[in-house]
Amino acid sequence: MATLQLHNIVKRFEGTEVIKGVDLEVNDREFVVFVGPSGCGKSTLLRMIAGLENATSGDIMIDGKRINEVGPAERGLAMVFQSYALYPHMTVEDNMGFSLKLAGVPKEERRRKVREAASILQLEPLLERKPKALSGGQRQRVAIGRAIVRNPSIFLFDEPLSNLDAALRVQMRIELARLHEELDATMIYVTHDQIEAMTMADKIVVLQGGVVEQVGSPMELYHHPRNRFVAGFIGSPKMNFLAVERVDAGPDGVEVRLPGGETCTVPVDGSSLRDDALTLGIRPEHLELDPQGPLSGRIEVIERLGGVTSLYVRMQDTLITVSADGNVASRVGDTLRFGFERACAHLFDAEDLALPSLARHPLAGLNRQDNRASSMAGGQ
Amino acid sequence: MTTLKTKQALPAEGHLATAPASEVRARHTPLVPSAGARRVWLTLLGWGIALLIFFPILWMVLTGFKSEAEAIADPSLIFSPTLESYIAVQARADYFKFALNSVVVAFGSTLLALVIAIPSAYAMAFLPTRRTKGTLLWMLSTKMLPPVGVLVPIYLLFRDVGLLDTRTGLVIVYTLMNLPIVVWMLYTFFKDLPRDILEAGRMDGASTLQEVLYLLLPLTLPGIASTGLLSVILSWNEAFWSLNLTSSSAAPLTAYIASFSSPEGLFWAKLSAASTMAIAPILVFGWLTQKQMVRGLTFGAVK
Amino acid sequence: MSKTRASGRTVGGLRSLSLQAPAVTLLLLWMLVPLGMTVWFSLQRYNLLMPGMESFAGLENYEYLFTDPALWRAMGNTLLLVGSVLVITVGGGVLLAVLFQQEFPGRGIARVLAISPFFVMPTVSALVWKNMMMHPSNGVLAWLAGVFGLPAVDWFSSLPLTSIIIIVAWQWLPFALLILLTAMQSLDEDQVEAARMDGAGPLAIFFYITLPHLKRAISVVIMIEMIFLLTVFAEIYVTTSGGPGLATTNLAFLIYIQALLDFDVGLASAGGVVAIILANIVAIFLVRLVARNLES
Repeated sequence: MATLQLHNIVKRFEGTEVIKGVDLEVNDREFVVFVGPSGCGKSTLLRMIAGLENATSGDIMIDGKRINEVGPAERGLAMVFQSYALYPHMTVEDNMGFSLKLAGVPKEERRRKVREAASILQLEPLLERKPKALSGGQRQRVAIGRAIVRNPSIFLFDEPLSNLDAALRVQMRIELARLHEELDATMIYVTHDQIEAMTMADKIVVLQGGVVEQVGSPMELYHHPRNRFVAGFIGSPKMNFLAVERVDAGPDGVEVRLPGGETCTVPVDGSSLRDDALTLGIRPEHLELDPQGPLSGRIEVIERLGGVTSLYVRMQDTLITVSADGNVASRVGDTLRFGFERACAHLFDAEDLALPSLARHPLAGLNRQDNRASSMAGGQ
Repeated sequence: MTTLKTKQALPAEGHLATAPASEVRARHTPLVPSAGARRVWLTLLGWGIALLIFFPILWMVLTGFKSEAEAIADPSLIFSPTLESYIAVQARADYFKFALNSVVVAFGSTLLALVIAIPSAYAMAFLPTRRTKGTLLWMLSTKMLPPVGVLVPIYLLFRDVGLLDTRTGLVIVYTLMNLPIVVWMLYTFFKDLPRDILEAGRMDGASTLQEVLYLLLPLTLPGIASTGLLSVILSWNEAFWSLNLTSSSAAPLTAYIASFSSPEGLFWAKLSAASTMAIAPILVFGWLTQKQMVRGLTFGAVK
Repeated sequence: MSKTRASGRTVGGLRSLSLQAPAVTLLLLWMLVPLGMTVWFSLQRYNLLMPGMESFAGLENYEYLFTDPALWRAMGNTLLLVGSVLVITVGGGVLLAVLFQQEFPGRGIARVLAISPFFVMPTVSALVWKNMMMHPSNGVLAWLAGVFGLPAVDWFSSLPLTSIIIIVAWQWLPFALLILLTAMQSLDEDQVEAARMDGAGPLAIFFYITLPHLKRAISVVIMIEMIFLLTVFAEIYVTTSGGPGLATTNLAFLIYIQALLDFDVGLASAGGVVAIILANIVAIFLVRLVARNLES
């Protein structure tokens, strides 16, 4: 049970700035996910919170107290590593009880606490085994159990599911969400997988190049991405981007010319728009087959997943993804027209910043703990 | 004018590129032409060469069980084995003195080298700085210094401080001689240990000393053991310094065996018995550590 | 994802340094003190038999050394020894590595037997060869020659340097084999099978797959052997003592004679400096080779 604040955190490795001034607020019992592509600095940020790396400058505060100089073990945190980092020469029980042993906790109490944590994760039958004799999923649970035993104020997860196969990953995702409910603890979770971020987070922090691109609830990021990077990163399949030309712009909407030559009006605030070359963003699931639609293209590839069919459509030199109904009868080579819901479209200016939507999506503020996602941090 | 693009890679490309099946089956040659004959031939050649290389050692061991007369007689595999040479060598009480010197010097220097090298290798593997790589290479370069180049000053220094012909002196020289190899080998073993494990330990509240005692040492024990064995082997077999820095009281087995080179020491059976005893333990150590030895001797350049 | 964690960690810097301090300091002393003394002595007129007569000699020792035919003879012997042993061990090592890589019954034991000589202390191997193998009347080789009706060879009188080369090569061939065999085991089997599918025969596989794969290991073997072979000592000490004449005197043995038999510290030190320079030329290449490995 704790809050965490980061104030203008900077990290330099031998002169290269990898974290470029991050501000962040993590509320009590919140499940926060750091997400971003490889090398965006999300793991470094987590490791600085853990105390495994030192911040070059800035303040890390837990419950309002600056802890930059406090050692990792004294911060009251526990971390689950990507590789699990189980001690291979110790049994599951010893692995889980190691921190208590170091802290001088008497043997009986240690045993009791380990059993307690083991029962939460159904690890009791495995306590005498060595990590070598466990499956990937079991190792993962032991690593989580080791963190639980410490009864930390904040749990840190560093890509904990990336070494599991797809089916197990889904299962562990559910288990982690359940655990968050059960333990009622603050959790910070690092991943490069936006699906993990969307499914588990109260608050997502999107990082790129050491900068926070956006902070917000999953639905907020999905419906109101702040810029083109976030728009492309959140959501699967990825958002389509089309280069469009401004025709007219005002506070009630922006009229643009689409690649096919037709025009349409996107309901965003264009009152301060000065650029002519814009980017239109439409998610595959918001495109629909429409004989009267303003967009047209030739189908190059069809992927049928059963319930959904993905059409890869060539529109001039761009390949557009369309998530169509599973029963769509189109074939490769067909030329079709597409339409889209104007309110679901996004418009980005020449700097790739999103123009503000005129209407907020009703679910954008949805949040299990109703903490207002704020702090558009991140310097530039 | 349009700069339309999408980051979506065309996922179908992989599906479309199906390899023409005809190419796959075309040139499949039988992997083993005539397995039986080849095997016999290989076995004979392999064993023949192995025995040829091993022959001098085998012969030495056999000669140790012969009488002195048989030893210099025409070579023969048929003889009545006797332990008289071993007994004779044992009876010369000073054999034990030399053997003891070898044991003390080899194990003493190894222990000392490990104690000095472990913190150093730990720091290099887990707390690397910009200079770490340079330091490692520099250590390697001290190993390149030919002993003859520094024989004179070491001899004079040892003479002046009274270390000539002492076990302490030899322990010092061997420690320093093997230190670079020991540091390098430990470094490569430590480096193989996932960093996450030590970090997990740190998160669990382990101090540096606890980290080393509870995690690093138990997890790298096999590596430390083979490093130690290699150091023992190298010290045990070292002949340049032992021949030049010792004469009688601290001389190890290398020097003792060398004393058989004088004509009056030409008793082959006894020489063989003494030699067998001198090399047997090291031969076994060597067999046990051959794989790790490669790492140590090549400074990790061949694994 | 990539983790830039190996670098940086300035806090660790100081701790890192203090933990390395003992090893680094000792090695620094071990290197610099004797090295400095050797260079200094090499510029002195200094003979242990004439105490109190030390004086600065400038390059006199070097002048004497370089005009002394013994040095050139010793250098020649050193190079001949190093060169021959390298050719034998590397060539033989590659062939043996290929052989012992093949599957045959008892391969494990055969391998162990073949690498054994490397673990035998040099004084023992030299004496075994000198007495039991190469003895002109009672040695195994003499007996073999007799069996085939050939005259026995008095190895150490008629072929002294060759004899030393045989002994040293016998010790180092297993080393080359050991290293090359290890390197061979890291050869990707898929690569060999792919080559077979492409129609490569055993010879083509050896030349186009195996040999290139061993290139690096071979260069490591050459470098390391060179460093040890430049200072072969015990084998000469117990067999020929450098003779007959100067026939088997290498640089190491020459310095030993000058220093500990003639007690001419100045001259021996000058020889030492020459040996160090020679070894360093080799070492530079080796260090570079290993450094490249450290990058990856």
